[in-house]
Amino acid sequence: MTAGIGLTVVVGYLVAALAIGLVAYRLTESTAEDYYLANRSIGTLVLLFTTFATLLSAFTFFGGPNLAYAAGPEWLIVMGTLDGVLFAVLWYVVGYKQWLIGERNGYVTLGEMLGDRFGSPGLRALVAGVSLLWLFPYVMLQQMGAGEALVGLTGGAVPYWGGAALVTAFMIAYVTLAGMRGVAWTDTIQGLFMLSVVWVAAAWVVSAVGGVGAATGAMLAARPEFGSFGGGIYTPGFIVSTAITIAFGVTMFPQINQRFFVAESGTVLKRSFALWPVLVLLLFFPAFLLGAWAVGMPVDVPEGANVLPVVLNAYTPTWFAALVIAGAMAAMMSSSDSMLLSGSSYFTRDLYRPFVAPDASARREAWVARTGVVAFATLAFLASLLRPGTLIEVGDTAFSGFALLSLPTLCALYWDRTTRDGMAVGIAVPQAAYLLVVLSSVLPVVPTLPRTVAVAGAGGWDVALGLMVLSAVLTVGVSLLTAPTAESDASRFAVTGD
Amino acid sequence: MRRSRDLLWIPTFALLVAFAVPWPLWGSDRVVAGLPAWIWWHVGWLGLCALAFRAFVRSGAWERGMGIDAAERAGEADATVDGGDRR
Repeated sequence: MTAGIGLTVVVGYLVAALAIGLVAYRLTESTAEDYYLANRSIGTLVLLFTTFATLLSAFTFFGGPNLAYAAGPEWLIVMGTLDGVLFAVLWYVVGYKQWLIGERNGYVTLGEMLGDRFGSPGLRALVAGVSLLWLFPYVMLQQMGAGEALVGLTGGAVPYWGGAALVTAFMIAYVTLAGMRGVAWTDTIQGLFMLSVVWVAAAWVVSAVGGVGAATGAMLAARPEFGSFGGGIYTPGFIVSTAITIAFGVTMFPQINQRFFVAESGTVLKRSFALWPVLVLLLFFPAFLLGAWAVGMPVDVPEGANVLPVVLNAYTPTWFAALVIAGAMAAMMSSSDSMLLSGSSYFTRDLYRPFVAPDASARREAWVARTGVVAFATLAFLASLLRPGTLIEVGDTAFSGFALLSLPTLCALYWDRTTRDGMAVGIAVPQAAYLLVVLSSVLPVVPTLPRTVAVAGAGGWDVALGLMVLSAVLTVGVSLLTAPTAESDASRFAVTGD
Repeated sequence: MRRSRDLLWIPTFALLVAFAVPWPLWGSDRVVAGLPAWIWWHVGWLGLCALAFRAFVRSGAWERGMGIDAAERAGEADATVDGGDRR
C-alpha cells in the first residue's frame, strides 16, 4: 500500500516533468544552436536554476547526507566551500570569458572553442573524447542513486535495477524530445521545488525530534566527535583536495561548461554569480544536516541504503517522503539529461561531423545524436548494475577526471602564448596517468596504484591534485618550447575590438 | 586602463576561498544556538562571499583588467548616476 502511494507519486512527477519538456520541444527550432543552447537566450532565474539543478544530482542529494551520516557534518563545509565559493569564482574566471568569446564566435562546445583557437581538429576531438569518458561514470552515478532511492522508498518492493531502469527510460525519452530549453525549464521548476521541500522536510523532522538544539544534542550523544571540526576522514588533505578537484572539475563538466554559453547577456552571468553562494547554502544546509542529525535519531539505516529516505519515512507521511524522493529523482533525471544533451553535442559536433561524416545532413546528425544518447545511457545503466563504488567515490572519480582539463583550458583562455602542442601534452599526459590510477583498482592484472598520497600530519592528498599541477606545468612548459602552429589564432579568444 | 586597486581583488578572492573552511575553529566543539560554532562560521562566510561577489561585479574590475571597451563601462556609469538620482 505505502509502496503503491510512493511509486504513484514518483511516476506522476516524472510524467509531469516530461510534459513540460514536450511543451518546450514545440517551441524549439531545429537548429543546433537552439537545440543545445536555447539560442543563447537564457535569463538570470533560469540560468541560475538550470546550473543549480545540474548540481542537484545523486551526489548532492543522497551521497552528501550519507557521508554526513557516516563521517560528520563537515561535508557541508567541503561542499559549501567548493561549490559556493571556489566554483563561483571559477564561474566568473572561466565562464564569463567563455561566454564573451562564445558569443563572438558562435561556439557550442568546449572542444569546438579550443579546437578553433588552435586550428586543431585533433585537440577538439581529444577534449570531447576525454569529456565523454568521464561523463560516463557520472551518468552511471545518477542511475545508481535512483535505483537506491526507490529501494529505500518502497522498502524493497521495487528492486534496485527497476529504479535505475525507470530513470534511464525517462532520461532517454526526455533528452531525445526536448533540447536545452526543455531541460532549462524543468530544471528551474525542479530547483525551486527541491529547495522548498528540503526545507519543509527539515522543519518537519526537526520539530518531530524537539528542535534544532535537541537534534544536535542527540547527534552529539551518539557520536561526540561530530561536534568538533575536523577529525576522522576530514583531514586538511581531504578537505583541500576534494574542494579543489571537484570545483575545477565541475567547470569542465559538459553540462555545466555548456551553460557558460547560454546566458542572454553578461548581466545575467554576473547576477547569477553573486547569488550563487547563498543559493548553494540554502540547499546544502538542510540536506546535509539532516544526514548528520540522523545518527542521533532512533532510525535504522540498512547497509547500502540512503539516509535521507529512511529519515523521511520515519518522521513524515508517506506521500511527503515520496514527494521528496520524486523531486530528488527528477533532479537526478534533469542532471542526467543535461549531461546526455551536452554529451551528444560533444559527440556529434566534435567527433562525428569532423571525422566521420563532414557532410552529414542536419537530419542525419540529429539521428546520430539521439542514437548516441540511447547507447550511452544504456551502457551506463548496465554498468550501474555492477555498483562499482559508493556514490561519493564514483562521483569523485569523474570530478577529478574533468578537473585535469581545467588548468590547460584556463591557460588557453588567458595566456596568448599557449600552443597547440602545449595543450595536447598538458591534457593527454595527466589524463593517461589518472586513467591508469583509476583502472588499476578495477583491473586485476595490474597492482592497484594509490589514489591518495599521505603528507605528514595533514592526511591523504588526492593524486589528482598532483596531476592538476602536472597538467599546468606541461601546458606552460611545452608551450614555451614549441612555436604556435600556423593554423592557431590567439585573436579568436580576444574579447576587445574586432 | 588597469587600476592597481583592482588587483586587490585577487588576494580578496584567495582569502574568501581559503577561509570558507573555518580553519581557526579546527578541533573546536563549541555549540552555539543549537549548532556547532564552525557551521555558523561557514554560513556567515558564504553570506559575506555573496556580498563581496556583488561588489566585485559592480566595481567592473574584471572588465578593466580585460580591457573591455569603454562603451559598456559608460553604460554602467549611467546606471550608477540613475541610482544616485533615485536615492
